[in-house]
Amino acid sequence: MKTDYDVIVLGGGPAGLTAGIYLGRARVDSLILDTGTVGGQTVLSYSVANYPGVEETSGYALSATMLRQARSFGATVKPYAKIQSVQLEGDRKIVTLADGTRLTSRALIVATGGVPRKLGISNEEEFTGKGVSFCATCDGDFFTDRPIAVVGGGNSALEEAQALAKYASRVTVLHEFDHFQAHPWVVEEAQANPKLHFLMSQQVLRFEGSEKLERVVSRHKATGEETSVAVDGCFVFVGYVPNSRVVASLVETSERGEIVTDAALATSVPGVFAAGDVRAKRYRQITTAVADGTIAALSAIDHLTSRAAA
Amino acid sequence: MLQTNLPHVESGSALNEVLEKNENVMLCCGRMGPMCLPVYGVMEQCKDEYPNVAFMDMDFDGPAASEIRRLPEVRTFTGLPFTLYFHNGKLVKATSSIQTMDQVTEILDSVFEGES
Repeated sequence: MKTDYDVIVLGGGPAGLTAGIYLGRARVDSLILDTGTVGGQTVLSYSVANYPGVEETSGYALSATMLRQARSFGATVKPYAKIQSVQLEGDRKIVTLADGTRLTSRALIVATGGVPRKLGISNEEEFTGKGVSFCATCDGDFFTDRPIAVVGGGNSALEEAQALAKYASRVTVLHEFDHFQAHPWVVEEAQANPKLHFLMSQQVLRFEGSEKLERVVSRHKATGEETSVAVDGCFVFVGYVPNSRVVASLVETSERGEIVTDAALATSVPGVFAAGDVRAKRYRQITTAVADGTIAALSAIDHLTSRAAA
Repeated sequence: MLQTNLPHVESGSALNEVLEKNENVMLCCGRMGPMCLPVYGVMEQCKDEYPNVAFMDMDFDGPAASEIRRLPEVRTFTGLPFTLYFHNGKLVKATSSIQTMDQVTEILDSVFEGES
């Protein structure tokens, strides 16, 4: 296997694939590594209707096109790569895989995105697929005419609660704060839905049930009062965490673990750039990830050019 | 119809034929959604590493899926996809919802021990 590249891109979502497209077209030898299926969070979107120039498509189809494009311009894409460690200091960046393979490059783009945040309670895994779900479009119809819960208070939680209300007999929304983080109009619509009921300032303690989910138990954060809600399903939408673990100790990050960059998407380490949801920024959309991938690639190319001229 | 690079099982008789002809079968019964696609991807990736396992998919909304839905082992499942592992025609393991590469290979190694 070839091991030396001009640029290694960590992450095969829209930011990473866009970087691969731009690097490829500039005839920069690049490798895109992903630890899972290529496509990132885009693949999680059943329907994408706000990507400019594309009226409506699936996240899967959009990702597949980006992948074909990146490969057509010469980017090497390797999914399911097990990355053991990364070394960023010096002119040579080193990515070591779990099988011992050492990959090197002169620049590196971190585009590892984010992963859905889970509740982190002890029996969450046990009930996943047996009542606990993270995908309303996938699993909503299993709960037709049944009571369910939704955990979360942002746009996703309330919008998905609305979608689930089409199936469920009753939707109890449990949120950790005493106010919602969603847009006001999203909150308004949710509150107007007679099937939705709200429990605020709740900390979810545990899931209960014998063979499958039967109850969600939570505690009021101020009063300590415990509430047990009888449900057949519980959908969790509590945000995303940046997937920065592999480089977090090596570059400057925010309090939330997001990679800090300048306007050229350069990190605190020369020759290392960050793009997409993994970096500290306000808005996270497919379009902003694509923009980041473009900028990071062009900045990486500038870096290579200036290094070659020196 | 599922848009994957895996062979599709589209009828009950096709399922029976697959189980008769293959000692080890991993079958993913799902849709084209965010929890299912990663599992299909994992299976496509595993094909070369596990040559003695037949990796197949099945449309959850297709006619053949009724054969899967009535299995007692999936009675409590409420998360797509339903992923089933058959050895010599017998169901030996079933999982609900998304599975990672590590989760799948751990099962392949345990239920089809010595088959990779």
